[in-house]
Amino acid sequence: MSLDLVWRYAPSLLSGFGVTILCWAAGSMLGLVLGFAIALLRRLRIPPLNGLIRAFIELFRGTPFLLQLFLIYAGGPSIGLRLSATTAGILGLGLYASAYFAEIFRAGFAAVPVGQIEAAASVGMTPFDTMIRVMLPGALIAAVPAIVNMLIILTKETVVLSIITVPELMYQVQTMAAETFTAFDAIFAMAIFYWLLVEAVSRFGSRVETRVTAFLAHEARA
Amino acid sequence: MKPEVILHAFGYLTRAAATTVAVSFAGIVFGFVIGALVCVARVSPRPWLRRLGGAYVSVFRGVPLLVQLLFVYYFLAEYGLDVPAIVAAVGALALSSAAYQAEILRGALNAVPRGQGEAATALGFSGLDIWRRVLLPQALKISTPPLINEFILLIKASSLVSVVGIAELTRVSMNIATQTYRPLEAYVGGGLFYLAINLCLAGLGAVAERRLAGAGG
Repeated sequence: MSLDLVWRYAPSLLSGFGVTILCWAAGSMLGLVLGFAIALLRRLRIPPLNGLIRAFIELFRGTPFLLQLFLIYAGGPSIGLRLSATTAGILGLGLYASAYFAEIFRAGFAAVPVGQIEAAASVGMTPFDTMIRVMLPGALIAAVPAIVNMLIILTKETVVLSIITVPELMYQVQTMAAETFTAFDAIFAMAIFYWLLVEAVSRFGSRVETRVTAFLAHEARA
Repeated sequence: MKPEVILHAFGYLTRAAATTVAVSFAGIVFGFVIGALVCVARVSPRPWLRRLGGAYVSVFRGVPLLVQLLFVYYFLAEYGLDVPAIVAAVGALALSSAAYQAEILRGALNAVPRGQGEAATALGFSGLDIWRRVLLPQALKISTPPLINEFILLIKASSLVSVVGIAELTRVSMNIATQTYRPLEAYVGGGLFYLAINLCLAGLGAVAERRLAGAGG
């Protein structure tokens, strides 16, 4: 694969990278928000709802991400859910991630010492205040490493979106490879690219992790 | 929603599920062999071996599985090795799983108390005997539950080998979807099979964990 070729395909490769980042960011946000909402709902301990939440989490953690994507993208129209590949991809990534994030947040809440909650109640904090000022900072500090780890896993999962024809980087590279008969070189370059990307994201992630944890710990004390 | 579509395709789905389990199991077994070698490299006293093991883990955990799979697939084609796609599929699953299994094994080795190796040395055990009689039996025991967990992850990851045309659960669900024009039922059916497989494995993992805990560590 010559550099000339990469240059010729640069616009489509760049747009593919943009779509990868978009899907990752949007899917992660959706997953974080949904996952947090699920973890909060679960704390209310409403029996039928909790059963549904557990079933949701088991379903999304027990089946392959690719199958979930096919279900949403190909199966969606049967129930009136007609989505573009990219929207289906983001929705799929978000739902998949939310099941994992819900468990991460649940573990975070479980890590807050009961004594702190009791102490908050004994100094007269309302349940809402206890949540915002005591439980949330504690839960987030405990959850940050797992959240960062999941975000890194999700960067790798975006590649799967190429299978349902989301025009992200992997899809663009495969198109290029098919048009120019350079499958091996292209995939080799992709492997190096993704390795560097994931390494960079992990390094950046662990730095963010240290800072966020320090900041939250400081806030919790203040 | 017409559940009878799933019932009609039950035979196909069962056979496909068997393929999924077989491909993943082969991936786990070959992955274990490679993973054990990588683990030995990672705990070796030689720095260059340690670095090599570390690089292996970093690369195979950092590169997305689909990229690895296509790499192995095209690599075999590029070098004129005319082998069936199943070889690429199992190979890619094994190479990727090996990186995770190496870390599981390394963690298990570290969990064996240091004093035991030292005690064995003091008793005059040879290096090989320390591995064979003291370290390995305990490390394998500790690593059984996480290895079963890795098997569950690999069952899910194996859905990607549908891309190179292996008739496993995801691929067959796709075929049923296109033949019956009922994608919702087809994929729900496939999903139920995955859930069933993983619930069985999780149950197996729970039993293993309980029995190993009972055995007194």
